[in-house]
Amino acid sequence: MRAGSFLPWIEKESRLQQILFAGLIIGLALVPVLGWIYPYFIMQALCFALFASAFNLLIGHAGLASFGHAMFFGTGGYLCAHALKVWAVPPELALSFALIATLLLGIIVGMIAIRRQGIYFSMTTLALAQMLYFVYLQSPFTHGEDGIQGFPRGHLLGLIDLTQINAIYYFILLLFLLGQMLIARIITSPFGDVLQAIRQNETRAQSLGYETVRYKWLAFVLSAGLAGLAGAMKALVTQTAGLSDVHWSMSGDVILMVLIGGMGTYLGPILGAFVFAAMLQYLSVLGQWVIVTQGALFLLCVLIFRHGLIGELALRLKRNL
Amino acid sequence: MQALYGQILLGLINGAYYALLSLGLSVIFGLLKIVNFAHGVFFMLGALLSSLLLDQLGIGYWWSLLFVPPLLGLCGMALQITLLRPLQELDHLYGLLATFGFALIVQGLTQIAFGSAGLPYAIPQSLQGGQNLGFMILPNYRTWVILVSLALSVAIYLLVERTSLGALLRASTENADRARSFGINVSGLVTLSYGLGVGLAAFAGVLAAPMLQVRPLMGADLMIVVFAVVVIGGMGSILGSIVTGFSLGMIEGLTRYIYPEASNTIVFVLMALVLAIRPNGLFGKVDP
Repeated sequence: MRAGSFLPWIEKESRLQQILFAGLIIGLALVPVLGWIYPYFIMQALCFALFASAFNLLIGHAGLASFGHAMFFGTGGYLCAHALKVWAVPPELALSFALIATLLLGIIVGMIAIRRQGIYFSMTTLALAQMLYFVYLQSPFTHGEDGIQGFPRGHLLGLIDLTQINAIYYFILLLFLLGQMLIARIITSPFGDVLQAIRQNETRAQSLGYETVRYKWLAFVLSAGLAGLAGAMKALVTQTAGLSDVHWSMSGDVILMVLIGGMGTYLGPILGAFVFAAMLQYLSVLGQWVIVTQGALFLLCVLIFRHGLIGELALRLKRNL
Repeated sequence: MQALYGQILLGLINGAYYALLSLGLSVIFGLLKIVNFAHGVFFMLGALLSSLLLDQLGIGYWWSLLFVPPLLGLCGMALQITLLRPLQELDHLYGLLATFGFALIVQGLTQIAFGSAGLPYAIPQSLQGGQNLGFMILPNYRTWVILVSLALSVAIYLLVERTSLGALLRASTENADRARSFGINVSGLVTLSYGLGVGLAAFAGVLAAPMLQVRPLMGADLMIVVFAVVVIGGMGSILGSIVTGFSLGMIEGLTRYIYPEASNTIVFVLMALVLAIRPNGLFGKVDP
């Protein structure tokens, strides 16, 4: 993987980035108060945004292009839904269960896939995700084509009723914020530096004494867990979990989100996810034309806006965003 | 026993598709260093086009088999020149994503135009019926698919390994810069190999039209299995693609007989096992 086509920056934290992120969170916190936008839509977008940021941790920072990330997103959703519906546990337990399980899944899949580089890594993750898709298609607990539906969101810590729109909204926003802060912490840590080094020149990182496979594997596991949490959050919000979230097209969707916003940028995946969610929301009347639009967006991003919306902006401002 | 032979035969047929598709992927990968995510779309277009030619213009199977693969091969070459050549010098991820985007567009458009249901396509008159072998009936069309795929695979193998064009291809795969300095037109060869790979996918598509349902998603579902086949075989070798393609088809067929529930997943399980033991695949040499 050559680094030349990625964004070339050195400084890690920028004031502008922090201001923009703080502004975003404040704006999001005001959504239910102002009532301009449908909170349900924002909640879905936030789940996609965490998913995209988790994916970006892998592709943008470690340079690993997974084509099977839907397996973590979908698994998180299924497990959270199953725990809520069949075991009737409170939502915080259901989410934790989904998080731990997808971390474990990430550990196993990572051990298999990380042995291969570049294209092979992409194809291996894609194939393993498809295997899991067939497993879910056939196992009874997922209810096949129908998916898991009609479960209550429950009471958070036994106190807060999440059926109230404000309660679930701020809970999701809080989880999103925690996830993003964790990702920011990972990127700016020494571990994040090593990932950058691996992405830019793996051989050189190896010759400096880093066991690159281990670093990549850990990045994969972290990304998997966060993607699983995002999937679980989506299940909690929509009160459904189904096959479409484990299908390979979801793996493609998350690549598109990151590509639209800008690979390797911090705010890019978030913006990309909002664009994507808006597209799903407003273009759904067009039926199959959505797929055509997605394909066209892919081509547009790859051929012209290779750095994505935020990436292009960052290049203009010469700031890390 | 009847059922066992039937499943092995079906497995061999699937193996023939796997072999042709992974062969095309290998040829493309050798020079372009990208996985052609549009491969399944060209497979589907091969089947769809031959079905349309029959329905609309009354052009039969044999003419389709002769003309559809070269035609789509030319389309592939045009695609390579317009879309992939500008991305050649960048990270290969972008080329791969471009083929993915192209595949989405074509898939969406064909779904809009033809719906998601399958179009029927009759087996040509001359290949209908079957041979009674005593222990089972061998349909002629299936025999034909297996034989012609094998023959084509061997022909491609000979083309790459034994002809002077093949020598140019191999030299450019090995070291493009050095080949260029010897005056070899590498970018022309890149286009040609993309066309060849796409043509192979389209040929497999025409072959598949009478056997599988002709529908917009027929390629996408098959391709992911083919990716696993490629990972198992290792993408370096032409022979590897052929051998792994056919044998994995057989293994899948056997699994469908012994334990049907696992037939969808067996290839992926094998892939995980192979990766654990031989990370470069069974026939692979070095990592790209």
